Amino acid sequence: MDETPLTTPGFVGKRRRDSGALPPGQYLTKDFPVLSAGPTPSILLSAWEFSVVAENGATRTWSWSQFRELPSEGITTDIHCVTRWSKLGTHWEGVSIDTLLRDVETSAGFAMAHSYGGYSTNVPLADLRSGKAWIAFRFDGKDLEPEHGGPARLLVPHLYFWKSAKWVRGLSLLPQDEPGFWEQRGYNMYGDPWREQRYTGD
Amino acid sequence: MEGTAVHGRLSWHVAKVVDRRTETETARTLVLDVPGWPGHEAGQHVDVRLRAADGYTAVRSYSIASAPNGERVEITIELMLDGEVSPYLVETISLGSPLEILGPIGGWFIWTPDQTEPAQLIAGGSGIVPLMAMIRTRKNAASPAPFRLIYSVRSPNDIYYAEELRQLEVEASGVGVTFNYTRVAPPQWPSTPQRIGPSLIKATAFASSQNPIAYVCGPTGFVEVASRLLTQAGYDASRVRTERFGPTGTPDSRDDAAVGGAGALPADSR
Repeated sequence: MDETPLTTPGFVGKRRRDSGALPPGQYLTKDFPVLSAGPTPSILLSAWEFSVVAENGATRTWSWSQFRELPSEGITTDIHCVTRWSKLGTHWEGVSIDTLLRDVETSAGFAMAHSYGGYSTNVPLADLRSGKAWIAFRFDGKDLEPEHGGPARLLVPHLYFWKSAKWVRGLSLLPQDEPGFWEQRGYNMYGDPWREQRYTGD
Repeated sequence: MEGTAVHGRLSWHVAKVVDRRTETETARTLVLDVPGWPGHEAGQHVDVRLRAADGYTAVRSYSIASAPNGERVEITIELMLDGEVSPYLVETISLGSPLEILGPIGGWFIWTPDQTEPAQLIAGGSGIVPLMAMIRTRKNAASPAPFRLIYSVRSPNDIYYAEELRQLEVEASGVGVTFNYTRVAPPQWPSTPQRIGPSLIKATAFASSQNPIAYVCGPTGFVEVASRLLTQAGYDASRVRTERFGPTGTPDSRDDAAVGGAGALPADSR
């Protein structure tokens, strides 16, 4: 990838990276850093809704209590942030996107996740299906804290973590891929950490 | 406007350190000459890559401190004692050394001179860095946009760019500067050291009726508090832009890794 590997004079490094388990350019953290584009929204469960809007406009909506009646599952997964931290073996509980899409008729290839607060991010629909993505509402056995996206966030752990939209309120299904919030601002349309797709065109 | 900051694919540049400045006992500014630098906007950041002789690399993000100025780019780095990259950049690197940088990165936490609305800046510690780039860019562009800065530090010794900030007040520059001290205040300071709170916002920030835009940068806990104070003061949440760094709730133990010596990275969820 680099035309001219440059050695930095006098730099030795600490080699904290456990390179086996980590995608390229990532380092391990035991903390759970918070990064957001704006204030943390406070969302009342009584007002919370989650919607799936198909490309023909057909909409399915769940209230919090309806959502929590859906079958959920435990998820143990590694997560990788584009700001280069990775956290291994995180524990979540969430509702599989497959469950939410079960009765939705669609031939869309893409989805845009929308959040309370105005954030959005795009993900190919195939990356949300087949047990690869969830709407998560618990982390480490506790209700998901607002600063980490509570009451519920998208969890798509095989992509960089900005795709796992905090404070998620719905998915729009789209025939064509469109850029979301960060994708319009220099970040990659797909975001595969193992191919180090951080920025536009990587 | 925003969204136009990054075009196409970013590339790595080999910069050269042409000057070093001491900001505090633990913070240094590196002045870099970056051949081929495409320019940047105030608030953006760069990735810095260090490579050991055996090929091992470490990459960290740092906010740009300088206004756009040709191929000159300045970054300010806070020393993290257990860090991997900041000790090298603060203590080891010498004048003339090469340094690989990627950027500019980020298209949300930016201020551009075509903005005319009041801008409320709030910095915690090294979170001043991208906000200083905004203040400098405003000055270079002779922008009339009213700016106010609230800069919270532990003690007077922790103030970055101290002389330049003092000059802003002397010059009636249109940038109001308010310091807040959390541990040690200067002699004769009217209040005891304290964290930022509603009374400080009420007394010194733009009123929400002036429809300001706000930029808040610092450790996570600080940004959570400051952005909440602004929304409680009536600021429109969609006009409060934040950059956070460091692990949750433990700003004092943050590693340089986490992002900014210098509040670099925008984003969530990221």
